Amino acid sequence: MGGVRQTETEGGKADNQGQPQARTVTISIMGKRAQVPEDATIMRAIEHTGQQIIRGAGCREGFCGACGTIYRMPGDYRIHTGLACTTMVKEGMALAQVPYVPMEKAVYDLEALTPDVDTIKRLYPSIFRCVACGTCTKACPQGLQVMDYVQAAKRGDIADLMELSFDCVACGLCALRCPAEIVQHKVGILGKRLYGRYLRKESKELDARLQEVKDRKFDSEYAELMSLGREALSERYYARDSE
Amino acid sequence: MKLIYYPGCTVKNHARNFDVSTVSSMERLDVEVEELSRWNCCGTVHCLASDNLINRVAPVTNLIRVKEAQASEFMTSCAMCYNTLKRANIDVKKRADALETLNEFMYLEETKYAGDVEVLHLLEYLRDRVTFEKLAARVKKPLAGLKVACYYGCLLVRPKEVAFDDVENPTIMEDLIRALGATPVPFPLKTDCCGAYHTVGKPEIIAERTDKIMGSAHEEQADLVIVSCPLCAYNLDFRQEDARRLNPDFHHLPVLYFTQLMALAFGCDESALRFDLHHIDPKPALAGLGLA
Repeated sequence: MGGVRQTETEGGKADNQGQPQARTVTISIMGKRAQVPEDATIMRAIEHTGQQIIRGAGCREGFCGACGTIYRMPGDYRIHTGLACTTMVKEGMALAQVPYVPMEKAVYDLEALTPDVDTIKRLYPSIFRCVACGTCTKACPQGLQVMDYVQAAKRGDIADLMELSFDCVACGLCALRCPAEIVQHKVGILGKRLYGRYLRKESKELDARLQEVKDRKFDSEYAELMSLGREALSERYYARDSE
Repeated sequence: MKLIYYPGCTVKNHARNFDVSTVSSMERLDVEVEELSRWNCCGTVHCLASDNLINRVAPVTNLIRVKEAQASEFMTSCAMCYNTLKRANIDVKKRADALETLNEFMYLEETKYAGDVEVLHLLEYLRDRVTFEKLAARVKKPLAGLKVACYYGCLLVRPKEVAFDDVENPTIMEDLIRALGATPVPFPLKTDCCGAYHTVGKPEIIAERTDKIMGSAHEEQADLVIVSCPLCAYNLDFRQEDARRLNPDFHHLPVLYFTQLMALAFGCDESALRFDLHHIDPKPALAGLGLA
């Protein structure tokens, strides 16, 4: 199993006699049957079987995209996708983790680009192979309109490309499923960079605050923070104002 | 009532002059145009293999978006998009089994396509719904003295199933520009092919075509050529240097979208014309007649 290692430290073999029986479901993890608690996420279920995940786990909260997983359900021809950390197991689920998707990544100097369709075409010409089949959208565990943002890229609409790909966690499952072999998530990142560098609205408030930082207005506050111990710092952190 | 407008990818980038002149002209004609939400590439080039259904997904997805906009018809000005969308629509309307397969494949779509959307080209919309009489009444700056060669190329009225005018000798653009006060010239090569995608791999073919087609327009003493296709526009305009190299007697002529002539005649300003996007600047030809 590519990203999974057997350990002896945990396991589902504890003797539950005399205790209420936990409800379980039977799933298949990389082709191996396992009984796992019905209220487990895929990631918890894998760990419940005694595996330690050494690739394909990151933030464990649905943000980092490291735990892309594909699965099928009995009697359903469709391939489903999910992040292992946020997708619950279901009876009969047959799954495999895809912790890494090889891809060609364009290398560019953001400062030397122009925010238009010609730049996108030069760096990711494969997007013009798109036939709008929508398989990428079907594959997205985040429920993004991936095909719509590839189409936005094709017409050079960088604002739409940025907006529609904003919540992408770069798990790469779209790229893996795409019959045109496009690397959608990388095109999305290019769009967000182009937008951020060339098309974003100016923020007077940000500029003013940066000037205050440059004028050393907060130096004494920084110094005070740096002198705090871990506990005091933690207390201040959780008591902070946040939007 | 709103008219749903499908612009197309090229119209949104290299052919923005087509987009802005279309939208501005429709405003002057009191037609409220609404850009289709979530539109995707039309599919560019109708696939002739009837069993290759994957090439129907792109056009049919757009037809679904039109339904989702609570409309039963929509308009596009790009000859290529029109041709692809219209032919795909005709095809799936004729083949219930193919349409069922497509709907099943697009299972994420909440709306199923049932052949219940009509594809219109802007020219037919202007002729049949707006009428050229009304169009003529909105002209503020008649294009008097302007001699225009109307170029249809391949996609606007061929094959017959998509034609909204005579297949061999279309005249709808001539009728349009007469309403704007301009004079159409006879143009025997108006339905010739510009060379299309050979512009990528064999630009010498385009040079030869551009020389022939633009040369014919010049012989008929046209001041400019109008088109309805961004690929024709690119080939006939941006390949004129190649044509000149091929034929030292080649005479440069500007190539415009028919919508730009409308916008000009309706008195729209430069932002609706975008002459800066042309290779051969249309301004000198227009300035000679006091039109720019």
